[in-house]
Amino acid sequence: MTTAATLPYVGQPVRRDRQRMIERIAGIGFAMPAFVLLLLTNVVPLLVLLYLSFTDFKLGELNSHFLGLDNFRKALADPVFRRSLYNTFIYVAIVLPGAVGLGLLIAVLLHRRKRTRSFYEVIYFLPVTSTLIAMATVWQFILHPRLGPVNGVLRAMGFNAIPFLSEPSYVLPTLAAIGIWQLVGFNMVLFLAGLSAIPRDLYEAAEIDGCRSGIDRFITITWPLLGPTTMFVIVTTSITAFKVFDTVAVMTRGGPMGSSEVLLYAIYLEGYQYFHMGYAAALTLIFLAFVLLFSILQTFVLERRVHY
Amino acid sequence: MASVALQSIGKSFAGVPVLRDINLDIADGEFLTLVGASGCGKSTLIRIIAGLEPQSTGTVLIGGVPVDHLRPHERQVAMVFQSYALYPHMKVFANIALPLVMSRLTLVERLPFLRLMSRRRRSVMAGINDEVRAVAKQLQIEGLLERRPSQLSGGQRQRVALGRAMVRKPAAFLMDEPLSNLDAKLRVHMRSELAELHARIGTTFVYVTHDQVEAMTMSDRVAMMDNGEILQLGRPSELYARPANIRVAQFIGTPAINLLPAKANAEGFVEMLGHSLPVRAVSAPGSALTIGIRPEALTPTPLSTTRAGFHALSGKLRRSENLGAGHILHVDLIAPAHGSVTCAVAGALEPFVIDGAELALQFASAACHVFDANGERVADNDAHTHAMPAATRVGALG
Repeated sequence: MTTAATLPYVGQPVRRDRQRMIERIAGIGFAMPAFVLLLLTNVVPLLVLLYLSFTDFKLGELNSHFLGLDNFRKALADPVFRRSLYNTFIYVAIVLPGAVGLGLLIAVLLHRRKRTRSFYEVIYFLPVTSTLIAMATVWQFILHPRLGPVNGVLRAMGFNAIPFLSEPSYVLPTLAAIGIWQLVGFNMVLFLAGLSAIPRDLYEAAEIDGCRSGIDRFITITWPLLGPTTMFVIVTTSITAFKVFDTVAVMTRGGPMGSSEVLLYAIYLEGYQYFHMGYAAALTLIFLAFVLLFSILQTFVLERRVHY
Repeated sequence: MASVALQSIGKSFAGVPVLRDINLDIADGEFLTLVGASGCGKSTLIRIIAGLEPQSTGTVLIGGVPVDHLRPHERQVAMVFQSYALYPHMKVFANIALPLVMSRLTLVERLPFLRLMSRRRRSVMAGINDEVRAVAKQLQIEGLLERRPSQLSGGQRQRVALGRAMVRKPAAFLMDEPLSNLDAKLRVHMRSELAELHARIGTTFVYVTHDQVEAMTMSDRVAMMDNGEILQLGRPSELYARPANIRVAQFIGTPAINLLPAKANAEGFVEMLGHSLPVRAVSAPGSALTIGIRPEALTPTPLSTTRAGFHALSGKLRRSENLGAGHILHVDLIAPAHGSVTCAVAGALEPFVIDGAELALQFASAACHVFDANGERVADNDAHTHAMPAATRVGALG
């Protein structure tokens, strides 16, 4: 029997390997529940969706046929789909600059206040916390041509009532305004956080260097240093804007005459009103591709100009 | 290049006075240091000079002209901050060029897209380019012009901050603890660089620090501040050799001065620990005094040794610290005295200086600084002259 003094490492390598194996298994074990959950709730439905998009599955039918890429070909030629794409892009084009710009403006205005800041933060953040479907009903009343207060004020001032939700050319801007109203508070909070991260003495140094006005300070220091925050806000706002559904479903139901039919609503109609599940799955995949492409594009373009 | 004058400057934050009636005259081309412990008001004072804080009372004059109504950039001063305050999103070149860009180009010529329409911009930028490169060459940072501040070391960032200040050719440089964020070795190096820079360009420097070594080594004059007031203004050697106040004596000099209780005896001399010293006391007999003796002024000898012309404190060595070039001895005084003193010795220790040994610390009466009960300097420590009236605190230049 050799003593520990002559062969000091006997037994150690085996213990070390076993230790590592235990650690590895423990690591996988801890990550497994979340991973399984992610798989089940995100990946598996996506794969099912992928499969469905290649069939002509109708909700409730017993057998379905494999169609290959026919659904996708049909989608790209479908005028209804094209129209919903166009409506969605118009909506995003209004909401994105509106929500980001207004959020930034309010954050800059609130940033230096001390006593009234929390009060205004709460007021602007309340719409974010509210349930959009319930709020949509309230908005429908507010904008009503005969019963609503907005038109009441307009009539009292001598103008004609504006049919916000029943005139095809007014519908998308109105919905966009409500979308902005819902998003501004969230963007404001993000920008406030970004503004607090800018060191105070940078402004003082700039003041000594000659930054006279608020505009000078903004373009020299505030805007460049808000880069990461702005990038995040733009990406999240555009994704949220793409996903518009609640207001359309409650207030206009795609009308008048399809002028407010957005992508998600069109998909909803195809799948749950007309029961063309396979086609709806194909539309959903196209929608997903758009959102992904848009986000990747924004990230690449903005990443180069953002400094950390 | 201009002189800076402060007249009756006072500042209160929410009723709490931070600066009390500050009067200061800084000559053109002088290097003046405001030194003091944290919270004494020195940073507030320099910010008032810069225009970043409005004063509650008093006037600031730059070049003899009151500037209270002028914005910071109109005052022709440049400031170097403790954290350098470099713009992280701009390259070093743009950082240094910013003051010139701000003053020479209009708003439209600076906006991102509209500036492409301006023809004047190109010629102005060419001039700015030359000036920035000249300053960068002076500070030896030409190779760093294309980098961003995050890619620079502490010393390099400091030079960029200096460059940004220098490029404006200001009337005065204001520096708020610029060396505090550097490590000890770099600090020593930058100290001499700043002093050489001052000698080279000759602009007025107003320097704020809490480090008395920086104050002593770099300045023409030092203003020691405490609790919102200037305790003493004068040459570094004056603050060291003739501190006007106990607080000044304690702050200047490392290790700190030893303070021992004493009183004025009936013959009009200072009496400490029962021994009458040949130092005249102005105060009434019996009044309490404090004697300050610097550690460098004490020499350790064996307990029974006496030296002609010297007096001695008896004590027991508690411990000694080896600094390499010298030693610091911590000595507990033997009864009837109590307390302990520090003694600084250059070179190696004599063999009798060991822990626990009883020593006599010899000092000359000329090395005693006498302070009255309020902490003010009361006597010139020359036994043969009459005691002078309380020394003027605000020393004249020269």
